[in-house]
Amino acid sequence: MKPFDEMIKTGGEVRPPYEQLKCWLDTQNPERLAQKSLDAENVFRKTGITFAVYGDEEAAERLIPFDIIPRIITGNEWRRLSQGIEQRVMALNAFLDDIYHRQEIIRAGRIPRELFTHNDAYLPEMVGFRPPGNVYTHIIGVDIVRTEENQFYVLEDNARTPSGVSYMLENRETMMQLFPELFQQIKVRPVETYPKLLRQSLAAVAPPGCKGTPTIAVLTPGIYNSAYFEHAFLADQMGVELVEGSDLKIENGKVVMRTTEGNRAIDVLYRRVDDSFLDPLTFRRDSALGVAGIMDVYRSGNITIANAPGTGIADDKALYSYMPEIVEFYTGRKAILENVPTHRCSEPDTLKYVLENLSDLVVKEVHGSGGYGMLVGPAASKKECEAFALKLKANPKNYIAQPTLALSTTPIMTEKGLAPRHVDLRPFVLVSDRIRITPGGLTRVALKEGSLVVNSSQGGGTKDTWVLDD
Amino acid sequence: MLLGRTANGLYWMFRYIERAENMARLIDAGLRMALTKTSDAPEEWSSVLMSAGVKIGYDSKYKEYNASLVSDFLLRDLSNPSSVMACVETARSNARMVRTALTREAWESVNETWMVLKSTLASIIPETDLPRVLDQIKRETAIIRGAFHGTMLRNEIFNFARIGTFIERADNTARILDVKYYVLLPSISYVGTTLDNFQWESILRSVSAHRSYRWVYDVEYNPVNIADYLILNSRMPRSLNFCYSNIVDNLKYLALDYGKRHECHDMSEGIMTRLENNEIRTIFDNGLHEFLSDLIYQTNSLSSKIAHAYNFD
Repeated sequence: MKPFDEMIKTGGEVRPPYEQLKCWLDTQNPERLAQKSLDAENVFRKTGITFAVYGDEEAAERLIPFDIIPRIITGNEWRRLSQGIEQRVMALNAFLDDIYHRQEIIRAGRIPRELFTHNDAYLPEMVGFRPPGNVYTHIIGVDIVRTEENQFYVLEDNARTPSGVSYMLENRETMMQLFPELFQQIKVRPVETYPKLLRQSLAAVAPPGCKGTPTIAVLTPGIYNSAYFEHAFLADQMGVELVEGSDLKIENGKVVMRTTEGNRAIDVLYRRVDDSFLDPLTFRRDSALGVAGIMDVYRSGNITIANAPGTGIADDKALYSYMPEIVEFYTGRKAILENVPTHRCSEPDTLKYVLENLSDLVVKEVHGSGGYGMLVGPAASKKECEAFALKLKANPKNYIAQPTLALSTTPIMTEKGLAPRHVDLRPFVLVSDRIRITPGGLTRVALKEGSLVVNSSQGGGTKDTWVLDD
Repeated sequence: MLLGRTANGLYWMFRYIERAENMARLIDAGLRMALTKTSDAPEEWSSVLMSAGVKIGYDSKYKEYNASLVSDFLLRDLSNPSSVMACVETARSNARMVRTALTREAWESVNETWMVLKSTLASIIPETDLPRVLDQIKRETAIIRGAFHGTMLRNEIFNFARIGTFIERADNTARILDVKYYVLLPSISYVGTTLDNFQWESILRSVSAHRSYRWVYDVEYNPVNIADYLILNSRMPRSLNFCYSNIVDNLKYLALDYGKRHECHDMSEGIMTRLENNEIRTIFDNGLHEFLSDLIYQTNSLSSKIAHAYNFD
């Protein structure tokens, strides 16, 4: 069956949100559009908006391909999405608070205790500790896919250190440079306030003892990290320091950075370093990316770490299938946004079903990310399926399976004109004194015809995402 | 207030950009000298390597000196940390590290230079192409300088970058003069004579001052005047006097901004006084080589003192 296309209905009719864009596109000279595509690429290359691919020496720095055809969401669609997202991030924070304290949800028998007992993402160091403002996950990227006019699914809640927001911002910036006339015709809700909102949001959860304007810093693993551009970009846009572990140490119970005028205390640290590298005294001892002793400072309430250590348990794939229960348990209402039906391979009957239907399913590693280590059944050869079945049987607990969703498509610009490609959407959410959601988010697009993998490390690209101001 | 690491990044970014440009100029001067010879001009190329401060590295790799080997070593060889490509790589890494301190224009100019030179220097440059490539390098670094001067706020960020530029330049000018004089003036008795020698022009050419020299002094090249020009002239942008007056000024701004003076302030002002209250004759009488090698040593020591004062050592 043909997947749902967001621009053209099955009968060839243009869907209303795309009408103006389509009219405009029809009047454009294809050569001019092709030239604009090249211009966009040059802007990205010049600005150095690159990402690193690990283990790929040839292309130490690569561009994420950018497609110039915007993806459009109506104001109404967005209202529903943002309500669902808001409900979800409230539930995630309530859940984190609960499982690091009274664990009511386990006592109520809604989720099994085993999910935590041997899970590295659950940090015993966080038990009984309450972060400033009672917020655990401050910055969240919720991956959403669409399959029909009114059917959206949440694919993943990125509650640790979601990336991609810089692309959302640069994509818009680039589009406005390339097609200023389009933005005059079509009213699009702005995204460029994100850095300001991020700063406000982080400042609002400064430690209670912090007087005056809090000092905020972004902690990066350094220039060789794949998302370094984004770290620098956000620090720059927020007007805060971009620090590395080597700039920081503990002095008089505070985390301080070494500056040209001596050491300065930091109140809020937006860290883009994983939990396990955060503090060599508490976690991985070989880590040079973190700060020795920061967890002690944190637990004594002298610094806010965003996102809090231990939030990874909330977006653990083993927990994903329980999200509908989790949302309902903490908000008292059914989840507005649906989960993709998920088979837990740890259950013997389910495993049997999954093995029998491998060629129709997507199987993911519970702890994997970035599209690695997964099997897309319909796209895999018989041999690949057989090899994967062996891995699956050897360690069923490590996998979940989902039906292959017919992800919606939107048109991209190809050499032969417009052609539909599958997309997903990652809206970015900020949580502190209140919830701030930037309209739209990052649309990732699988550039290969028929492909369902949108990850940039696997040949995906991005698009500007427009939420109409209607 | 800046992170110490950011100050360090700015300082080295600009030292390396300055160095890349100096390398291009040295090769240019070498080519000129070689033109006047019928042979491969090994002495000339050897002295270019010495001025560049990379002769030891070169000698451990090659046995002979000629235009193609030396220029390749100075332009493209990544095992030579002072080669143009290595300098540009390091400068860009530092720029990436301090991105948040640079304007978009300043960052993009460095990034573009890196992209352009990476492709230009990807393969061996034939000797006939050298003049074009050297021009391109000088043009790229000029664009960086232009973007930086045209868009950067005159604050501490600017000051650290400028200090890096002028420390590198002072070191470079002092070294060129020292090496060349050593080669060209084996005996003190030549001092004061007028020499018609391409070699003299090459000193001036290595600091892009062969034309301006004539505006200030005379058409004739004279060793005393050349030394005066490169050491004491306060208006020549690559002279030691000019470099130090910029170092002193930028350090003063930092002291003003931060409300605190350090040892490096006294030291730089001390060196400046020596340059201002000096006659070129006195320098020759006390030994030019001694004067220059002391200045190179002092400049290095000043560099460490600055890093120490501003927490980037």
